[in-house]
Amino acid sequence: METLHVDLDHVLRSFRLSLALDVAAETVALVGPSGAGKTSVLRAIAGLLRPERGRVALGAETWLDTGSRVDLPPERRRVGLVFQEYALFPHLSVRANVAFGGRDRVDELLERFGIAGLADARPGAISGGERQRVALARALARDPGVLLLDEPLSALDAHTRRRVRTELREVLGDLGLPTLIVTHDFEDATSLADRVGVLVDGRLLQVGSPSELVASPADAFVAGFTGANLLRGVASVSANGLTEVALDAGFTAYSADEARGRVALAVYPWEVSVARDAPDDSAVNHLRAPIASIVTLGNRARVRIGPVTAEVTTQSAERLGLREGEVVVASFKATGARLLSVE
Amino acid sequence: MRPSAFGVALWASACVALSFLLLPIVAIFSELTLGELRAGLTSDVARDALRVTLETNLVAMVLIVLFGTPTAYLLASREFRGRTLLVTLVELPLVLPPAVAGIGLLAAFGRLGLLGGTMESLGIDIAFTKTAVVLAVTFVASPFYVRTAIAAFEAVDRDLVAASRTLGAGPARTFFRVALPLAAGGLGAGAALAFARGLGEFGATIMFAGSLQGVTQTLSLAIYQEFDVDFDTALAIGALLVVGSALVLLAAKVIPAWRRSTSTSTTFFAPSASR
Repeated sequence: METLHVDLDHVLRSFRLSLALDVAAETVALVGPSGAGKTSVLRAIAGLLRPERGRVALGAETWLDTGSRVDLPPERRRVGLVFQEYALFPHLSVRANVAFGGRDRVDELLERFGIAGLADARPGAISGGERQRVALARALARDPGVLLLDEPLSALDAHTRRRVRTELREVLGDLGLPTLIVTHDFEDATSLADRVGVLVDGRLLQVGSPSELVASPADAFVAGFTGANLLRGVASVSANGLTEVALDAGFTAYSADEARGRVALAVYPWEVSVARDAPDDSAVNHLRAPIASIVTLGNRARVRIGPVTAEVTTQSAERLGLREGEVVVASFKATGARLLSVE
Repeated sequence: MRPSAFGVALWASACVALSFLLLPIVAIFSELTLGELRAGLTSDVARDALRVTLETNLVAMVLIVLFGTPTAYLLASREFRGRTLLVTLVELPLVLPPAVAGIGLLAAFGRLGLLGGTMESLGIDIAFTKTAVVLAVTFVASPFYVRTAIAAFEAVDRDLVAASRTLGAGPARTFFRVALPLAAGGLGAGAALAFARGLGEFGATIMFAGSLQGVTQTLSLAIYQEFDVDFDTALAIGALLVVGSALVLLAAKVIPAWRRSTSTSTTFFAPSASR
């Protein structure tokens, strides 16, 4: 399997998109807020957008090289691009849509994606999840060397989304193609991709496996994006060998990281425990505050206590009898409190 | 619910406007007996004019669609400097007084016109021929088609065009398999509007092509010639044009809606093709 090389430099609206990335036979997700330039990356790879400077190559095949004036049109780049709204041809049947990409494997693809029964239907008459499978089958009918997915799950409702995410992960695993996904949802990214790149204002802040990003976020934005609580404050040396952070929210917290001046303290919700009274345990940070909200998601409850959100099991929340408005203590260890510089 | 004074005013204004617009049409039909209508329409003048009108308009429509469709697609799908200017130029005949169109065509293609010398040396003389009628109709009717066609192509989702390209189809195949079918409803409507305008063409034709019965005399010109000779024949031809124009207008409204319904038709109740 060939590797996709991407190196782009292009001015977009208010910022410069500048990115270099290699995608081997793996799934890489570019994740970031909307308007960060994610879709432009896919369009540039597919040949739908011509960057001011850049190089795109699949193995030894150069698709774009502004230096040597190579710029293949989209139809000569072996890409399978699945559009955000799928862009199925409304005037063609499901079968004709898939056959548009290539006629050789139509039946096999319809069968494989479970859409053979819909072969004669128009895209307007099928569900969102089915449309996504048609779009994927159509992209693969071309026998692409690279698969590009633009927000593959955002057009689906929450219920369908979870199921399609699982299906998609299996399909991508079986294909073994270099795959680039863009999404604004970190959870979608971590569940689909082997590596995740955080793209903000056209710059890749950090690329790594989902667990690497969570374990050592490069900066406050990545930490926030991966779901951490971000508490801003001023760091100074403390007598106990830890760093003392006077939080803007009015509390004092301690971290094992070394830092001075303005910082963001990042702590993940699942590293925050909740108790009725300050426990006598290894945690040094105890924040006493009333519960602002409790949101239950399946078997987890997200409890907002003062400036932090704690994630506990619904079982624990029930055992403790947590109610909104009650004063409780949120605790986390100094080693779980990462200090990140803020600009 | 009691109607408001404002509502009453709206309805009253609409009644005045509609009555005024419909009165001449009602008059055409009420002034004619069925026998007079038949006699008028079977007269030589009317039959010759109908033949000339259909022949010249059909040729004009072929020219308009053949050259107008690529022009509209180019203007709708490409960004380039001067695009707005070009669109404005294409639309100019729309607002040009027909007399100006007539004198302009004479100045361009007439014997003493811009291309007159060249054409004379080639042995071509088109002023006051059927070709002149075709040119006049094409000139005044084409903006109706091109304008609607530009809008129809612009309405095609750009992602669909992009999807076609990434699926391996070049620009030409993308045009024929995606843009053209999806814009077909709008193109049909535009063609119907242009045809309606062409059917009624008068000013440019009478100046550039004259009014020779059986050669350049179209239905509109025949009305003008007959109205002080044989008013009933003129009325009968008028009635024919009213019906023809109304049908074309109806087609212009129905075609896009019908295309939309087939392009996204729900084959919900069709037997599923599971094997």
